[in-house]
Amino acid sequence: MIVDRSYQAVTGRKGEIIHQAMGVDYSQYERGGILFDYEALMNGPGYTLEDHIRIQRQYNVGNTPIFELHNLTALARKCAAPGKGARIFVKDEASNPAGSFKERRAAASVYHAKKMGYKGVIAATSGNYGAAVASQAAMQGLKCIIVQECYDSKASGQPEIIEKARKCEALGAEVLQLSVGPELFYEVLMMLEDTGYFNASLYSAFGVGGVETLGWELGHQFMERCGRHPDVVVCANAGGGNLTGTARGLRKAGCGAQVVAASVDLKGLSMASDKQFNRKSFTTAHTGFGVPYATDPDHSDVPRSAARPLRYMDRYVTVKQGEVFYITEALAVLEGMEKGPAGNTSLAAAFSLAQELDQDQIIVAQETEYTGAGKHIQPQLSFARQNGIELLFGDPQTEIPGTNIVFPAEPALLRARDADLNHMRASLIRRQAAHAAAPLTDAEIAYLAEETKSSPEFVRMVLEKLGG
Amino acid sequence: MAKRNDWVRIHRNVLEPEERTGKLPEDTKKVPLEMWVKGRLQEEQAEIGDEVTVKTCVGRIEHGRLIEVNPCYELNYGVFVPELLTMEESLRSALFGGDEA
Repeated sequence: MIVDRSYQAVTGRKGEIIHQAMGVDYSQYERGGILFDYEALMNGPGYTLEDHIRIQRQYNVGNTPIFELHNLTALARKCAAPGKGARIFVKDEASNPAGSFKERRAAASVYHAKKMGYKGVIAATSGNYGAAVASQAAMQGLKCIIVQECYDSKASGQPEIIEKARKCEALGAEVLQLSVGPELFYEVLMMLEDTGYFNASLYSAFGVGGVETLGWELGHQFMERCGRHPDVVVCANAGGGNLTGTARGLRKAGCGAQVVAASVDLKGLSMASDKQFNRKSFTTAHTGFGVPYATDPDHSDVPRSAARPLRYMDRYVTVKQGEVFYITEALAVLEGMEKGPAGNTSLAAAFSLAQELDQDQIIVAQETEYTGAGKHIQPQLSFARQNGIELLFGDPQTEIPGTNIVFPAEPALLRARDADLNHMRASLIRRQAAHAAAPLTDAEIAYLAEETKSSPEFVRMVLEKLGG
Repeated sequence: MAKRNDWVRIHRNVLEPEERTGKLPEDTKKVPLEMWVKGRLQEEQAEIGDEVTVKTCVGRIEHGRLIEVNPCYELNYGVFVPELLTMEESLRSALFGGDEA
């Protein structure tokens, strides 16, 4: 049989290819109109929180320590009003086998793929998820292909992504590297079709359910160590799975902590631009992914995404590239931990948010990540300068992504800034309402309120403005 | 020169500029979608620049132009960034103050 491999033909077969590559019929979760049953999707593959914990223990994932950052806490208190400055903790996710929390997202995907008889797994990722899938595939005995967006048209590669390719290859995976462009998904579809491998999507129920263990551990670890739950948990936000899974796990542990999303502000940079690709120093956890995925979760590589961060987000803050680099340096020289930098996005936000809280309160940055040649702060800043980015000290508020990186001239200038969460909620509501054939039913309005952690009144208000 | 079973890196254009689709910025539309992958050379021998086939580590067959034999990683820590030292000094000074800095 001759298979048409043109772009149009392959993307036209998307539904069929994804069905074959995941073994899930997503239509079973649709409930008519714009409605779909999110909890049925999350429970669909039949893995409970307990199953995720069991699988992760079996394959050496999770149960990572929490560290109190005494010096960063002391520094935050020096910047804060009297009596303010919560205790700052991090969860050392870098101690997972492949160096990040992403392994929680990979473990059950690879486990399920093996159980279903797939010979290998494919993941489209330029970040830590690739290393996580490669590590789990190695441990569980499956083949692995990682597809990366890595180079611009001058074949200049982002050093962090090249490091990730090295790590994936070191863990036995094939790494297929591409130049900039969203057609990466076309290549992935062809590879899924050719190999018959499993699509280890970050947006599957496994990819998100696996992070529930992180939130669940946080709840229990703080009860054991501090006799109470944390007050605020900060999650770096890109595709939304990290925040969604963590928040669900916190709830399952009975922890009512405020859940805050943090992204690096890359406003003004196009994620699909060849010329701008190497003018950013963060390849994930930035607003270029964080905002579009929050407001339109279903534009991922699966028909219905399990990552739905607006369902769980209490607040969304942004930090500047210069602020994350600064906190990365602070973590090294004041706390003796060399990590990140991208994985310190939530810590940068936590350092600022701690100053709003009382001293007896607890704030947690829920991840760290490994570092090394290419992805370390030093090569990232060196690469930025080589690409014409100016490095300055001053007020990070003045940073212009793609033009300069502004480090805080003093610690008090590191300030997480609130993004307009209601604006994002309204954007999601408008987008979904546009797909409705008829005026929305009460059930659909209730559904949109759940989708946005708002109220039916808020949804109606947005819809009325739309009609007016 | 590379010989059969050598570990090599190849390059190929997956989509030429005129074949690119979707909502793309103007600069990206003007350039091809390119691909790089590594594998064992399937031809008896080949020179850099030859069109070749490789078998990747998972057993997939790919084709493209031979660009490197025994490809290596050239990752490093870049050139020294003195701003990091300034940050370190100011952080110590802010926390410990004066002579402790």
